[in-house]
Amino acid sequence: MTLLPILVLAAGTYAFRLAGPLLSQRVQVSARVQGLLSLSAIALLTALVATATLTSNGGFSGWARPAGVLAGAVLAWRKLPFVVVVVGAAGVTALLRMSGVS
Amino acid sequence: MVMGHVDRTLVRDVAAIAAASSVIGASFGAISVASGLSVWVASAMSVLVFAGGSQFMAVGVVAGGGSPVAAVIAGLLLNARHLPFGLVISDVLGKHWLVRLIGTHLMVDESVAFALAQPTPERRKAAYWLCGGALFVGWNVGVLVGALAGTALGSPEAMGLDAAFPAGLLALLLPSLTAPAKPPNVEPGTAEGGGATARAQDARAAAARARWVAGGAVLIALATTPILPTGVPVLLSLLALGLVLR
Repeated sequence: MTLLPILVLAAGTYAFRLAGPLLSQRVQVSARVQGLLSLSAIALLTALVATATLTSNGGFSGWARPAGVLAGAVLAWRKLPFVVVVVGAAGVTALLRMSGVS
Repeated sequence: MVMGHVDRTLVRDVAAIAAASSVIGASFGAISVASGLSVWVASAMSVLVFAGGSQFMAVGVVAGGGSPVAAVIAGLLLNARHLPFGLVISDVLGKHWLVRLIGTHLMVDESVAFALAQPTPERRKAAYWLCGGALFVGWNVGVLVGALAGTALGSPEAMGLDAAFPAGLLALLLPSLTAPAKPPNVEPGTAEGGGATARAQDARAAAARARWVAGGAVLIALATTPILPTGVPVLLSLLALGLVLR
């Protein structure tokens, strides 16, 4: 890949990042809209969690990854520290893959 | 002044996610070089784009024989979610225009999620900058090391790191989706108790709305993933807001 498409991707990505702060500087949003915006971030992030957990390249990701994320979810639910959640999820997935589960 | 709101737990949590991102960055570096990018182009891309998913996507499209235009479009579709993110976290970027421009570049899923998980505006700001900055350094150092070392480093999949990221995001989202189970133990009838009970009810109602939206978002994203280009299902998940609009 040459530099030009990379620069276009970088510029476009920065424009997406910049649009939000610029818009919210100009428009005064009500508390209700602010609440909806927070919900929209929750929607995007949970959708990201779901697709990153269960899918890869438009198909099912295999069992090892969702099993690890599920383990992490249980640890988070039991209010264990964030580090334990992240390491636990990776550990379960790594162990499953080591034992032949994809 | 920001540092006053950073505690050791936050530093430790951020360090964990930055370390994981560094290893994934190393695999991006190795894959990029293996598919024909020079070390400095792979590094420049990581510094300038700083959005891992879209970087893997763009390099993958080109390596698979796709055109650079297709690679850019696929990457941009994946990154369009930063627009609504920016509307939500605009307040953490501060007042000075140069600082705002730098902070804007540090907007990634994890820094947004870390910020949203904080209880006060000061901590939101501290978490956003700490996480965004640590990820920027971790990711770019990882990419450079991976690009130089090539595929000699282990694969992030073998280490289960593809599970670490969704699990981490989920852990950050969980507090917004769950409310304190019981109302606080207060004497009924007192003004103080009435206010606390009302606040607890508000918190429970907000968490219930968040659960509806999150549930709808998951269904929309998963149902459309097999038929739509990567990135679009996550954007479509915004339609789940309709569940709480009245």
